[in-house]
Amino acid sequence: MPGGSGPVADSAAKDVILGRIRTALGNRPAARPIPREYQRSRPFPSVLDLFAERVADYRAIVHRVDDPVAMVRSLLAGKRIAVPPDLPAEWLVPEVTWLHEPLSNADLDGCDGVLTGCAAGIAETGTIVLDGGVAQGRRVITLLPDYHLCVVRADQIAGTVPEALERLEPTRPLTFISGPSATSDIELDRVEGVHGPRTLEVLIVNG
Amino acid sequence: MGRNPVTWLGSPAFPTAARTALADDQLRRNLNHATGLIRNKRAGAVAELPDWEQLRLSGEAIKDEVLANLDTYLLRFEESVTARGGVVHWAADAAEANEIVLRLAREAGADEVVKIKSMATMEIGLNEALEAGGVKPIETDLAELIVQLGDDRPSHILVPAIHKNRTEIRDIFRTTMPGTEDLTNEPVELAAAARAFLRRKFLSAKVAVSGANFGVASTGSVVIVESEGNGRMCLTLPETLITVMGIEKLVPSWQDLEVFLQLLPRSSTAERMNPYTSIWSGVTPGDGPQNFHLVLVDNGRTDTLASTVGRQALRCIRCSACLNVCPVYERTGGQAYGSVYPGPIGAILTPQLAGDMHDKHAASLPFASSLCGACFEVCPVRIDIPSVLVHLRSEAVAAKPRYSPEAIGMAAMSWVMAGPRRFHVAQRLATAGRLLARGGKIRRLPFPGSKWTDSRDLPAPAKESFSAWWKRTRG
Ligand code: SF4
Repeated sequence: MPGGSGPVADSAAKDVILGRIRTALGNRPAARPIPREYQRSRPFPSVLDLFAERVADYRAIVHRVDDPVAMVRSLLAGKRIAVPPDLPAEWLVPEVTWLHEPLSNADLDGCDGVLTGCAAGIAETGTIVLDGGVAQGRRVITLLPDYHLCVVRADQIAGTVPEALERLEPTRPLTFISGPSATSDIELDRVEGVHGPRTLEVLIVNG
Repeated sequence: MGRNPVTWLGSPAFPTAARTALADDQLRRNLNHATGLIRNKRAGAVAELPDWEQLRLSGEAIKDEVLANLDTYLLRFEESVTARGGVVHWAADAAEANEIVLRLAREAGADEVVKIKSMATMEIGLNEALEAGGVKPIETDLAELIVQLGDDRPSHILVPAIHKNRTEIRDIFRTTMPGTEDLTNEPVELAAAARAFLRRKFLSAKVAVSGANFGVASTGSVVIVESEGNGRMCLTLPETLITVMGIEKLVPSWQDLEVFLQLLPRSSTAERMNPYTSIWSGVTPGDGPQNFHLVLVDNGRTDTLASTVGRQALRCIRCSACLNVCPVYERTGGQAYGSVYPGPIGAILTPQLAGDMHDKHAASLPFASSLCGACFEVCPVRIDIPSVLVHLRSEAVAAKPRYSPEAIGMAAMSWVMAGPRRFHVAQRLATAGRLLARGGKIRRLPFPGSKWTDSRDLPAPAKESFSAWWKRTRG
């Protein structure tokens, strides 16, 4: 922490703001219970099918596989791919040049892509969640490379947003990914690939 | 305390600005296309969820709970952020907030900061303050970059460059980005040009400045919802992260996010989920910024909280759905509102944050509406915008500014917008207004103008009446 940047200098403002809030709320509204009548889960016929379909809707490339290793080999052979430190050893097939941490930003910027697992999937929204846990690594390794191959196990996929949030640890650094980076800033045309990986490929491993 | 920069200095009152905007054909074509498209898309995204209304009711109640106990939740949030290695700062107004951010940026040795699009930092005029202090702010959101490079002002909460089409954007890039002389107007190419231009900035930046979509009081988590990945770049690469957050942005607990992560993307970009959402709590050793500062900003929010009718505006999650359904916004565009917050939400939030109904511009904003109610229908946190507008109109009248002819124009405009038949009535009304004027003062107008003239004399309207310019410029 650089010196002198502590909150001490702002403590006057804190008192001012809290004082204003208390004055403003003089007529403090009575507490009322928060209604939660929305559905926490939904009876989807197949969470797996829905996840595959919704991820593909974002123009991500989706594969359903029983064993990811063969697909990793065929997709990545001959490429230079960054990996987090704790990927399952069997994924690291010899046909690929694996770039191991510690990696510099320049390494990541210059490589062909990154391979990771994930923390959870959300079927209804076609979302993948990373939390920096096993097989995921630091946030930057899935950001600078232009290509991200992500392996999602069937048992990691939740049906709805509430079901997924329940599985996550809020204080970990979380990244929710729904399709490749995109913008709609030019005449509201969706354009894939601004700053994040321009290609997102997802391997769903059948349970 | 100086004036609140939530309104742009020197902005004309809404009707004057609206008149200019209505005369701009290109602007209206761009806006029409964009708002129509996103309106339909949003309706589809919302229809997909069978429990949408229940989610709205929860969203409303959660935000009301936060507002009712804002002091408690702010202290809890401060404690959680601090416990995870963040430093919390408090700023009573824009000037204090700007001073804190500038000081932190300098202490981190930065002469340039990368920025994620943030309504809060626009509201407080942070970019201008940083520049004045010798620190260059670089907007990294594509639309913000377009606005910044074009030396322009934003016109939409979500799509600030909604008023620029692809060819106009290409021209801005060609003149401001080195090596883009051959750029075409294809959106893919324009996006690629921005990617290359900004990547160098991201990799060298020491400090990033962000806003926040939500803060979770119980965990100290901060949420940023985005599309392009520029947010992730800013939240991951620099050593120091400064997040500027309005004090109303909190939710009590982690579970509450399950409501807002459904409401926001569908209301905003009409997607099931936006491409990227980042959530972090304090500092994570070895991953991302190792210095995290959070600046809590009041800047008129506590004044807004004091109004029992008006405080619901603080529930706003800045989705911009109300802009896209607003018939007035669709015709005038965002810049006419003279504030970083345009459209229906701007019409109720800006005057309350500015807190000065004697200010002609702020006082004109609650009249920039036809009270059609479409904004309430789409609002994910059920802000009853029409009721707040009516309340603020009465405040504007009670404040007794020397009432401008524009205000009458606005009252008539609202009425006209409600239906085509009324247009003809309004034409007669305006003519009557001219005829009734004696010596530059109107003594009595037919309804609805009579609402105003009953209590006081008014200056006569400008030579070109509202209905005349409406007729001249519409379609
Ligand atoms: S007022 Fe409601 S609809 Fe408008 S931007 Fe805020 S949350 Fe969205």
